[in-house]
Amino acid sequence: MSQPTTVAAAHHHAPPQGFLRKHVFSLDHKVIGKQYLDLALVAVCTGMVLSWLMRFHLAWPETPIPGLGTLSPSGAAGGVITPEYYLALMTMHGTIMVFFVLTTAPFAGFGNYFLPIQVGAEDMAFPRINMTSFWVTLVAFLVLISAFVVGDGPPLSGWTAYAPLSAVGKDAGPGQGVGQTLWAVSITLFCVAQLLGALNFITTTLDLRTKGMSLARMPYSTWAWFITSVIGLIAFAVLMPACILLILDRVAGTSFFIPAGLVISDRLQPHAGGSPLLWQHLFWFFGHPEVYIAILPGFGIISHILPVFARKPLLGPRVLIACLVSIAFLSYTVWGHHMFLSGMNPFSATLFSVPTLIITIPATIVTLLWIGTIYGAKLRFTTPALFCLGFVSVFVSGGISGFFLAQPSIDTYLHGTYFVVGHFHFVMGVAAMFGIFAATYFWAPKMFGRMMSETLGKWHFWLTFIGVYCVFMPMHYLGLAGNVRRYSAFTDDYLKPLIPLHRFITVAALCTGAAQLIFLFNLIRTRLRGPKAPDNPWEATSLEWSTTSPPPFDNFGGRPPVVQHGPNEYGTRGAAGDYVMQASPQSAGPA
Amino acid sequence: MPGIATPPAPIVPPPAAPPTVAPRTITEPSPPQSAQTGVWIAIGTICMSFAALTSAMVVRQGAAPDWRHFQLPQLLYVNTLVLLASSGTLEWSRRRIAAVSVGAPGLVPRLDGLAGVYLTLALGLLFVSGQVIAWRQLAAQGLFLATAPSSAFFYVFTALHGLHVVGGLLGLSYVLRRLRRVAGPAPQIALRAAALYWHFMGALWLYLLVILATRV
Repeated sequence: MSQPTTVAAAHHHAPPQGFLRKHVFSLDHKVIGKQYLDLALVAVCTGMVLSWLMRFHLAWPETPIPGLGTLSPSGAAGGVITPEYYLALMTMHGTIMVFFVLTTAPFAGFGNYFLPIQVGAEDMAFPRINMTSFWVTLVAFLVLISAFVVGDGPPLSGWTAYAPLSAVGKDAGPGQGVGQTLWAVSITLFCVAQLLGALNFITTTLDLRTKGMSLARMPYSTWAWFITSVIGLIAFAVLMPACILLILDRVAGTSFFIPAGLVISDRLQPHAGGSPLLWQHLFWFFGHPEVYIAILPGFGIISHILPVFARKPLLGPRVLIACLVSIAFLSYTVWGHHMFLSGMNPFSATLFSVPTLIITIPATIVTLLWIGTIYGAKLRFTTPALFCLGFVSVFVSGGISGFFLAQPSIDTYLHGTYFVVGHFHFVMGVAAMFGIFAATYFWAPKMFGRMMSETLGKWHFWLTFIGVYCVFMPMHYLGLAGNVRRYSAFTDDYLKPLIPLHRFITVAALCTGAAQLIFLFNLIRTRLRGPKAPDNPWEATSLEWSTTSPPPFDNFGGRPPVVQHGPNEYGTRGAAGDYVMQASPQSAGPA
Repeated sequence: MPGIATPPAPIVPPPAAPPTVAPRTITEPSPPQSAQTGVWIAIGTICMSFAALTSAMVVRQGAAPDWRHFQLPQLLYVNTLVLLASSGTLEWSRRRIAAVSVGAPGLVPRLDGLAGVYLTLALGLLFVSGQVIAWRQLAAQGLFLATAPSSAFFYVFTALHGLHVVGGLLGLSYVLRRLRRVAGPAPQIALRAAALYWHFMGALWLYLLVILATRV
């Protein structure tokens, strides 16, 4: 498979004519990619509003939120959030963000749009499966969101849906009836969609590379999407049957996850013999690789974008690929570090701790490669470049707290505190978001044929960058002070002195959220009437910049490119400047 | 990535006609070589799902002393023979169709080759029906999904496998339609991919039968 395919397969569906086929039920990977990104945009706005509600309640638990009482009379009577409704908001926030934003945007969205173009293909290998994948994802999202209005509200068990409370039904609280079932159905559908997507990504990468596009010449973003697909193919294949078993426990009376003698809400549950730990193992076997499904596309995007603005080749490209592959492999050996306090054997904890610490080695090497790439470079400080630097910053900040949590003895204290909240928001939430922002600013000219405003982009970057540090850095201190997470209000004496810090975080979160309106405005304005983008505004090398902005229906106007170079030809002497494009027939010379 | 990156040697020698020499006579819904790769990837992910379920069964069996052994319906063994026979008919058909098209890439395959595909579809349906009857036999004994963890896993395994078989039947019907209507190598390579999936369904069922027979 290291030999490239001689010619990419001919386009296997004609350009659509009708509106529905062109814009709604499209088979074109570019339209599907944009549909994924639009879905992620809706999802991220929803998830962010939920986080604002939670943050406001944490800072001022007694103060009513105007209008919320009307939206949810049972969960927030008079606008004041009940503890149960707080958990419901938290569950929906986590689920929406992890699945429908961090997985959907950087992987399914940008991957769909750019993977085929970057390998020189005219479309995905299976366009119909690709379209199905998106529509199933959309249905999964609607099923999840419907929990707000159907039955007794959204579930309370968090995005991890720990059994047995997630498995026993409405006795476990409001939302644990219909809401939790909707959650499980939604995630099952999401798994199906992602498996179909991963199948397409892998097949396209293996089979549809254009002439000359050897694996070694693939852009790093394509490598990252490819490796992420392999991770997803294994991870979602485990979560899906786990969710099916959970649904059966809930609706069919089985006892996979519910132990005997369980009394909830003064009622003996009519189940026996199940293992709650089994759910945790199955969930985290998916859940930890999911972290890398969220962040590896970001790794690829940063590795792809950074050399463009550093005007230097990426340092150690083969080392980068080796690190991505080893991270993918190691991601399957560390799931138990989420379960140090689950009662498992302490020796198992050590067993899971060691690979967790080992996985920091390739992650650190990748970070050093990025820093080495920009070392001594005349960096072009465009908005995408700033978000790349921001990515490195927040990834390092979040990664360092990971060293502490990886050790069972320290995690015993920090588990379930805001330290963990700060850690994972930095390392997978904000870092992945910065990857999404970098990708959006970088590829918007190609996707929409229009340039985004650099001025607004830089305002957006600096406000967001300062904002996220104000939000998530103090959470580490809160955690060290013993502030537990998932509490809706802090009434204990030892927590009361921390409330001013919570108020600071809330104000910072609201301001950072408001700063995203700049991004939204910029994005919408660009799509409607931004200045026209040239074909290669950033002077980049990969194939997507060899075609028009936006690309034609078959990506390359019926002339599949023939690749002559790797994606790393920067700082050299080319006909167009200090770079040589992948499809350029000229040979690269010294700068 | 050896398992996915390099499609392992096919179960039988590939047809003599190279897949890309014939001119395309009709628009093709997917590039020919991708179908095989796609099926191999699907096989990988299906294996992972059933591996997860197997580990869940082992853990659940050890979690509490409520595991209840029961006799598997004898019909399952008949169903197994039916499914294996269907693999045989499909393989016979595939080879026959491949042999016919040697030297005549534009020719629509002869009907006797297609008969094997029809037979496979019929045997596949028979297998699924047989599985449903086996369920009814168990239900008649009072063994339902929620009766015991062993019966729960039995129904989960057989239902999920059955769903995948139904998916295979739908795929095979699609390939059959294309074989009848489209000339050229593409439908035959689709048939190869479908046959690969179908043989895997048989292998997966043998694995599940062994697991169920020894544990349930």
